[in-house]
Amino acid sequence: MVVLFLLPFYVVVSIAFGTVDPVFQSPLPVYEPWFWTSKYLAQEWHFVVGEFRPVELRTLVYVVLATAVCLAIAYAVAYYVARFGGKRKGLFLTLLIAPFFISYLMRMLSWVELLQPNGYVNSVLTFLHITPHPINWLAGVPFTVVIGLVYGYIPYMILPLYGFLDRIDQSQVEAGRDLGANPFWTFVRVTLPLSKPAILASLVIVTLPMFGDYYTNNLLSGSPKTTMFGNLLDNSMEATGQGPQAAILVLFLAVFLMIPMLYYMRETAKTQRNR
Amino acid sequence: MSETVRARPEVERREEAAVPPVAARSTRTPLGWWRNPWRRPHILATATWMYLAWSLLPVLIAIAISFNSGRSNSIWQGFSTQWWWGHPSFDPSGALFVSPELHAALIQSLRLSFLTMFIAVPLGVAFAIGISRWRGPAPAGANFLMLFSFVIPEIIIGISMFLFFTYLLKFVHLGTWAQLVSLVTYQVSYPVIIVRARLLSIGKEYEEAATDLGASPTQAVRRVLLPLLYPAILVSFVLVFADTIDDFITVRYLSGGASTEPLSVKIYNFSRGTLTPAINAAATFLLFSTLVIALLGVFLYRRITSGQRGKSQEMADYLT
Repeated sequence: MVVLFLLPFYVVVSIAFGTVDPVFQSPLPVYEPWFWTSKYLAQEWHFVVGEFRPVELRTLVYVVLATAVCLAIAYAVAYYVARFGGKRKGLFLTLLIAPFFISYLMRMLSWVELLQPNGYVNSVLTFLHITPHPINWLAGVPFTVVIGLVYGYIPYMILPLYGFLDRIDQSQVEAGRDLGANPFWTFVRVTLPLSKPAILASLVIVTLPMFGDYYTNNLLSGSPKTTMFGNLLDNSMEATGQGPQAAILVLFLAVFLMIPMLYYMRETAKTQRNR
Repeated sequence: MSETVRARPEVERREEAAVPPVAARSTRTPLGWWRNPWRRPHILATATWMYLAWSLLPVLIAIAISFNSGRSNSIWQGFSTQWWWGHPSFDPSGALFVSPELHAALIQSLRLSFLTMFIAVPLGVAFAIGISRWRGPAPAGANFLMLFSFVIPEIIIGISMFLFFTYLLKFVHLGTWAQLVSLVTYQVSYPVIIVRARLLSIGKEYEEAATDLGASPTQAVRRVLLPLLYPAILVSFVLVFADTIDDFITVRYLSGGASTEPLSVKIYNFSRGTLTPAINAAATFLLFSTLVIALLGVFLYRRITSGQRGKSQEMADYLT
């Protein structure tokens, strides 16, 4: 398993540091680290910091926005079900788990259909006279992409949050109320600090995959105006002879995502020590 | 701890400042209703129901459209099953169970999912037991790898696997084998994470008791530990199946041609081009097959645990 997971990465590194066949323009991986050259890396790095910068910034903005919306909705829903679910908790949970068993494609497909120019979203909007004529939601509207990301990833955020909030000892919340805090301040001073580890974990689960997402974007927009980093990866895979570029982009993304991951590992280690 | 102690007087002060006059505290007036600290959380309740509607209604509409009688994917035109089984008065090549292309993809989907499930889960259980036995720094590294492969974008795995099979393991041709190997690599982290969590909650006592009573280590694992792990193993089976049959990212890069593309990849490709309700039928089929496996899992689960707890609570415990 470790072999199967690490070896492909090694090939990626080898291609990234390798050379390109002069005749066929196909990459020639160099497996011996002492023969690695940085020639193509430098050439491609030029793209990473230059031409692709707008895409990288856009990805960052989309992901941050989508994560923020996700967290706001997910926290409210998880909090409600955990604290006030009562007898209906089982029903709520079944409904919250349902998206796990519905394919991501299915959920995106249903939105593609609803958002068609003659789809139901537009007919409701024009019926209510909110917009005079149908909006073409699928023609590169950033709003659609961000909401699509939220829709796609939010179930993965609600469940970890719920699992944690459900285990919070209610007596601590009651103590806060007994000591005279109103619901709002009890929440801010007691519940929120207690749930910090769960928030961190759910952020990791949701945010990291979003950075490599290309399908949500492709399905809901497909326009170069909303290209994200994942699309760069996907495009470089579909074009032939772009092996080194794909390898370097993958390497870049993996190293970039290591940073939050390591931060998360350190934070969890810290809280475990404090316990 | 010290922070909480410091914070307390401040909370009280805020509360005193916020105490409204007696008249406004009546819960009848809108302001009083708003300020009543014990009112029911209507806003949160509305938000939750709205979220549930938002998350599930579109899918129900999409399922309904797979039974559409017209060609449209966005407007309901009447009921028919022509996109599933075809219809004499209608070009049969577009229906899910009739079109050779979609039918082949359906078989490929099921084959990949079942194979992955039956390889990845036993492997994952073995890894989980292995990691929990291992001493030294290796388990921490393995743990990090598992978690990392769990959260990094799947496209990273897809691309590195593609390059791996096209440049290093050239004898493995792109297609079913390459797809299977990468799916197993990716999916194995599910059972590992779930079974490890279960192992931690079981503890070592049962196994020690078994060895004290004269069982060999293998017997202790086989006859004591494994039965205790059955629920976790079942949940892993269901989750791996559900995730594999929906997977289109890794598999898409590794399918050597149109003939080894499973249904999920077909849906993705079609969603970007011309949509017909047959695609909805395909997606609905994936959903139903997952549902069947999940229900089977729940049924077996009940048999094993003799229904001590609600299924959703238990499922949630595993997912969180």
